[in-house]
Amino acid sequence: MDITAESVVFLILSALTLGSGLLVVTSRNLFHAALYLMLSLFGVAGLFALLTAPFLAFVQVTVYIGAIAILIIFAIMLTPQVTRTNARNTQWVGAVVVAVVFFAVMVSVLTPLMDDLGADDWSADFSEEDPDDVPGTSLADLGEQLVDPDYYMLPFEVASVLLMAALIGAALMVSPAIADDPETETGDDESGG
Amino acid sequence: MTVHEWLFIGLFFALGWMLPTIPIVAGKLLGPKRPNKIKQQTYECGIETVGNTWVQFRAQYYVFALVFVVFDVELIFLFPWAMAYNKLGLFALFEMTVFILLLVVALVYTWRKGALEWE
Repeated sequence: MDITAESVVFLILSALTLGSGLLVVTSRNLFHAALYLMLSLFGVAGLFALLTAPFLAFVQVTVYIGAIAILIIFAIMLTPQVTRTNARNTQWVGAVVVAVVFFAVMVSVLTPLMDDLGADDWSADFSEEDPDDVPGTSLADLGEQLVDPDYYMLPFEVASVLLMAALIGAALMVSPAIADDPETETGDDESGG
Repeated sequence: MTVHEWLFIGLFFALGWMLPTIPIVAGKLLGPKRPNKIKQQTYECGIETVGNTWVQFRAQYYVFALVFVVFDVELIFLFPWAMAYNKLGLFALFEMTVFILLLVVALVYTWRKGALEWE
């Protein structure tokens, strides 16, 4: 395997992703675990960028680091036992089993896929040619296809409906004002929601 | 994006990491250290700190976080659309208007239901 700039960056990003991922599960402090998770997700964003998927990297940073990780940190801040820094993971045996099974499934699914693509030579240097000629990867192309009726127009508008439902659902579930409102019949007596 | 552009982003990343790190490390290495009890206190805008830092926050914060996530995902759709804006016609503008209006309806609903009111 030749050492190229890509392979060095790949190794650094992989080490970052795996190392901080390991710290997520070993860290006793829940808040630190959430911060390590953000670092791990950042490594994944870098890997997306390395695979010449800049939009996916952008989505990873804005949605996963910017929003999901913030939600997780909020959830920790809202916990009454936030001060408990020595939280024990009593389900670690089950977690290890699930992780190993998931890894085995991923390998068994992806290995034939990689053989089909003829990418059994992992040292293949894809960066030699400019990846710009790969069709449909530019962001402007994606934007055009997003609103094109022949491509993704319907899923695009359905996504809006989905987001609307998410927002209304969030308002219904969390707002204390809704529970007192006699007009809403469903879901208001499940206070645990 | 070409490799050159990624180098540019990498430069920004390195700078963004260095700019806060260098002053902190330089301050630690070069600054004189004469600690006393008042200096060792937690700094909170000049006010004396009261109680524990790790308190349970109000559950209402979560509504704002959820609303933020929804509009964050909306941004993901707006971004490629904006990149292709010059090539798109009036129909695309109409589509995006529908997209945003649906979310505005949801926001108005959330607002009217009082979920955004701070109690």
